[in-house]
Amino acid sequence: MWEMIVSELTQAMQELARGFAHLLPRIIVVMIMALVGWVVAYLAKVILRGILRLIKFDKLSENAGASQLLTKAALPSATDLLCRFVFWIAWLGFILLGVQALGIVGLQEQIAKFFLFLPRLFVALLIMFFGLLLATFLSRAALLAAVNANFPAPRLLSVSVRTIIIIFVLSMAFEEVGVAEQTVLVAFGVAFGALMLGLAIAFGTGGKELAQQFLEKRFGRGRKDEGKEDELSPL
Amino acid sequence: MAEESFLTDDFLGQLISVGEVDILVGVPTHNNTKTIGSIIETIQAGILTFFPRERAAIINADGGSRDGTPQLVVGAAIGDAQRSSKLYALRTLRSISTQYASSPASGTALRTILAAAELLRAKACAVISPESTQMTTDWLAALLRPVYSETSDLVLPTYSRHRFDGILLTNLLYPMTRAVYGLRIREPYALEFAFSGRLGSQFLAQNAWHEETARAGSEMQFTLAAIAGGYRICQSFLGTKQHVERHSADLVQAMRQTVGALFFSLEPNFSLWSTKAGSQPIPTTGAEQEFTLEPVRINRKQLREMFSTGVAELESVFQSILSPSTLAELQRIAGLEETSFCYSAELWVKTVYEFAAAYHKSVISRDHIIQALAPLFRGRAFTFLTENHNGSAANVEDNVEALCLEFERMKPYLLKIWNGRE
Repeated sequence: MWEMIVSELTQAMQELARGFAHLLPRIIVVMIMALVGWVVAYLAKVILRGILRLIKFDKLSENAGASQLLTKAALPSATDLLCRFVFWIAWLGFILLGVQALGIVGLQEQIAKFFLFLPRLFVALLIMFFGLLLATFLSRAALLAAVNANFPAPRLLSVSVRTIIIIFVLSMAFEEVGVAEQTVLVAFGVAFGALMLGLAIAFGTGGKELAQQFLEKRFGRGRKDEGKEDELSPL
Repeated sequence: MAEESFLTDDFLGQLISVGEVDILVGVPTHNNTKTIGSIIETIQAGILTFFPRERAAIINADGGSRDGTPQLVVGAAIGDAQRSSKLYALRTLRSISTQYASSPASGTALRTILAAAELLRAKACAVISPESTQMTTDWLAALLRPVYSETSDLVLPTYSRHRFDGILLTNLLYPMTRAVYGLRIREPYALEFAFSGRLGSQFLAQNAWHEETARAGSEMQFTLAAIAGGYRICQSFLGTKQHVERHSADLVQAMRQTVGALFFSLEPNFSLWSTKAGSQPIPTTGAEQEFTLEPVRINRKQLREMFSTGVAELESVFQSILSPSTLAELQRIAGLEETSFCYSAELWVKTVYEFAAAYHKSVISRDHIIQALAPLFRGRAFTFLTENHNGSAANVEDNVEALCLEFERMKPYLLKIWNGRE
């Protein structure tokens, strides 16, 4: 009886040792891949940082208004953030390639999905960045035009333009990465519609006098001439 | 002859039929039926009076008029001018009109006139605004004679103006052009001027025509190109310049055409202006500038309000353009009462120079930088109007001169910030 137990135990230990001996090289491969991946990712980070500094990416990001958002969220600079992102994506990619070598059933499919997802994530980030750039440019243009036209609420107009574009850009980015597509679409529709309705009501109730002034200025010249002031000619 | 492809075949055919000319007068138009008849008649009379022996042509570059302006130009018979002036031309005088585009663009209009002048090998050319209703025949002589006698390459006008007319000229364009380039040119942005064929060809050949920004302020750029090229520039007093309401309609557009062109010119000409100090007068025929004092009613309150609103609303924009000390000072004066409000010459010069440096560094869109200057200019305009409210012509001139000297005194500040911190 005792001999049987010892024999079974020995067999189990031998199988475990065989299994471990079979797995050990794969674990070493994972570790080597992780190490090589770290070196490659680090090099990619250094090279990318050099390129971004060369093209003054931080300035571009500042112009886009992205830097201000990052500062408010206590995040590092846009260059630093992008470098870190590339570093982690590259390193994670190498680690996952190594893990693939372990031959765990079902994991390979998930890893393939992850690699297929990466381009979409990158496109979504690009949409976000250029969307922010466009939102900042157009909201500033609206603000300047409103101030120079003596519009009563220039900042409201500017913020509205910015909000509309950011909502639009966010919905595009979410759609690109495939996160809750239907929900985002419905949410975008509701938010955009509500915003437009709100603006229409606000303009209708608050802009009555403005519209009256505009129409009088545009079409009521004859009447206005009586107490007319001289216009200042800059040139 | 590189410009042949730019001109229409019909226009080229008409130019070829004219042959070579000595004098060319260009008139850019767009819906000017009210004034163009008398302008063309005056030009014809001026040519008959002062250049009867010279071959001359009038070129109308039209920006898509729908009121028959080009037909009026072409139909203006020389006989009418001959009868009214009782003078007869010894050579032919042709009037040609071409439509350069379906909408007006001052740069393209000037380019058309320059191309025509080059093709016709004109010795002296003048450009006349179709809105100059006070124009007399003497204007042509005053503008064209220095060029035709080969003593000048560019003749710019000086006028008798109302003291508050051309306030952008007196408070920014004249003082800054003078301080930067060292020449006392009273009207760097001129709608009436004359130039030699040599200068016209040089300006035509430059590549700036391909840039949208360069198209806008071509008259200003023409003056700046003449300065940068070392051409001989002089001024001629023309007479009264009446206030044209259309120019006052859009301050931002006026600033784009003039201030934008001036800031833009600083970059390629840095080596020229960075070494100059002080300023020199240029040869001037007649008065350098006259101010008239008729009472006018201007809404100064609105100017100050728009300044204050601009400073408050555009704080985020100004943070990218101005130094913290300048912005803080602007915010301080924006909160002052109307009676104690003063946008001092020193602060104004500092503001303008910081805007010029920001434009050079493109800290934000260059067009946005120019637009952001407009509300601040309104504040300066308010102070200028207040300072000269009851002033005599001499007082106004003294104030303008003081501002010019301030621009000259602070030029080292512009140099300091030009290549300073990004």
